[in-house]
Amino acid sequence: MKITMAHGSGGKATSELISEIFAKNFNDPVLDRMEDSAVVPGCAKIAVTTDSFVVTPLFFPGGDIGRLCVCGTVNDLLMSGAQPRYLTCGFILEEGAETGDLQRIAASMASTAKEAGVRIVAGDTKVVEGSGGLYINTAGVGFLHAGAAIGPERCREGDAILLSGNLGDHHAAILSKRMGIENTIRSDCAPLTEMVGRLLAGGVEVHAMRDVTRGGLGTVLNEFASSSGCRMELDEGRIPVSAQVRGFCGILGLDPLYMGNEGKMIAVVAPGGAEKALACMRKSRYGADAAVIGRVGPKGESAVLLKTTVGGTRVVGPLYGEGLPRIC
Amino acid sequence: MTDIRAYLKNYGGPPLRLMEVCGTHTAQISRCGIAGMLSPAIRLISGPGCPVCVTVTAYIDRLVELSLEPGTTVLTFGDLLRVRGSRRSLNDARAAGGRVRMVYSPMDSLRIASAAKSGRFVFAAVGFETTAPVYAMLLEEAEQADIRNLRLLTSLKTMPPVIDWICKNQGGIDGFLAPGHVSVITGSRAFEPLSRKYGIPFVVSGFSGEQILASLYALVRRRGKAGVLNLYPSAVTAEGNREAQRAVAHYFAPCDAAWRGMGKIAGSGLALRAPFARFDAGSLGLDDDRSFNPRCRCAKVLTGAVSPPECPLFGGACTPRTPQGACMVSQEGSCYNYFVGGRGSR
Repeated sequence: MKITMAHGSGGKATSELISEIFAKNFNDPVLDRMEDSAVVPGCAKIAVTTDSFVVTPLFFPGGDIGRLCVCGTVNDLLMSGAQPRYLTCGFILEEGAETGDLQRIAASMASTAKEAGVRIVAGDTKVVEGSGGLYINTAGVGFLHAGAAIGPERCREGDAILLSGNLGDHHAAILSKRMGIENTIRSDCAPLTEMVGRLLAGGVEVHAMRDVTRGGLGTVLNEFASSSGCRMELDEGRIPVSAQVRGFCGILGLDPLYMGNEGKMIAVVAPGGAEKALACMRKSRYGADAAVIGRVGPKGESAVLLKTTVGGTRVVGPLYGEGLPRIC
Repeated sequence: MTDIRAYLKNYGGPPLRLMEVCGTHTAQISRCGIAGMLSPAIRLISGPGCPVCVTVTAYIDRLVELSLEPGTTVLTFGDLLRVRGSRRSLNDARAAGGRVRMVYSPMDSLRIASAAKSGRFVFAAVGFETTAPVYAMLLEEAEQADIRNLRLLTSLKTMPPVIDWICKNQGGIDGFLAPGHVSVITGSRAFEPLSRKYGIPFVVSGFSGEQILASLYALVRRRGKAGVLNLYPSAVTAEGNREAQRAVAHYFAPCDAAWRGMGKIAGSGLALRAPFARFDAGSLGLDDDRSFNPRCRCAKVLTGAVSPPECPLFGGACTPRTPQGACMVSQEGSCYNYFVGGRGSR
């Protein structure tokens, strides 16, 4: 069945869509009350974030917009040191979208939310004219533990920089699908709840965390450099990139340092904690390829320096220009 | 490799100016931090190897004009979107209601044109010898499928004539890193007449950091001697790709072409042959080259006459976010790579 303007009217078609697809999949007593707002237990300090998802295609190897819209918001909460608890979701559907697709997307959101440990407690649906497109906004609330102090300004000379796995998989998967290139590259789209949980519970002194999404590693580390005033020193040979993505980049002239990811994070940890942090990451479901990729250098030069595999050194700037549109 | 690195670092002979004329080499040299691994006596200069950078403003102006014509859509690679003509870029045109679509491959334009129920499409066909065979393939398919709503605005250029121009007018280049991709099509032999004429070495290089270092080493060792050495034999032969050469020659004929900052260079371009004029969107005579910003020194940068930081706009008014000239837009541009990679300083 195709979505029509009637599905956004607020009348019978809307309530059928909500009960048949969203309520069934999300299966949450708070949501089921269908009140104007969700009333839920809280805590003293919360983290709040929101993100909109416009990825095309909607389904891609390794994920779909449903998994993506949960992971994106959950990971943003995690990176502030918060435990993700509640999500809301707003759907903007274009006329002509398939209810079958919507069903698959809602199911994917539900299973990802379960994996990530969050509840979807409120939602909204609108229908606009168009040609079958579908967009999702999610907002998230996370509980902050007392005393959690994590932020890029806390990076210090000597800290270790860890990356949780291979760069570029999501970007390459989306681009391959759009260009009709056949390969086995899959998006890394994943919630990092388990990984962050292990890091924070493992007694590691974490100074900064950030998920490496649009703009890539280069952009994230430039932000760290300017927040902390420290130089970030990377070793190219230790930055994990799968052989297939490396080949793909070679053909298309892409640089993995600027490619978007959806299930990768950077952690900056106190010098003594590098080994422990690495073990925590590698033990996690999405961290098998984690690596220590560099260290924080002295204060005074807010730049990212990369020691290249051929033995040169170069400055890694932030991403300039467009990057890849509609990647998330 | 260790010996090569040490040799290049400690070289104490006469000062050398070596030029690369391939945008991918430019980007890779910056990406690997190679300039900082060389003795101060070896200076690397980026030549006119980026197809976007050497495009004159009249060509961009024509694309902008076409995009604003009712019923016409301009199809282009992403790099070209932000390059300004004498007044506007294609991005500016888009904001003003122009129809511009970005494509990843020229072949996408066939799909877009044949799927469209109405309207005309113009593909911005820029490139060197490397890309010309793809356009030949596109034309062949367009002919076979009888696609009538797709035309090309060509700005196709060939490498040997511009190298000749640089040696003649600029001089002072002690050797060339010959372009790897271009050589796949033309063959390494294409550079032999130039090497003999000016008595300088050419080395055809691959694209990994190691391959570039090895090629630079070979250039330094062969300084002052003519000869073309092919250090990219896995992809390049002496004769090149004959089939691609034939396909290009079928659709295109050599023509005089205007290069940014260099003016018209005889026989340095490729134009659609007369029997295929129906595919041409008005490519001839687009020679005007007025900079958007009169202080922009892209033209001098392209020929290696000045290095990017010597331009008064570099890093101030002109950054990758506010590019004044094409060299700061393209990821293969000299100014862009200097800016993001801090070339040579470390």
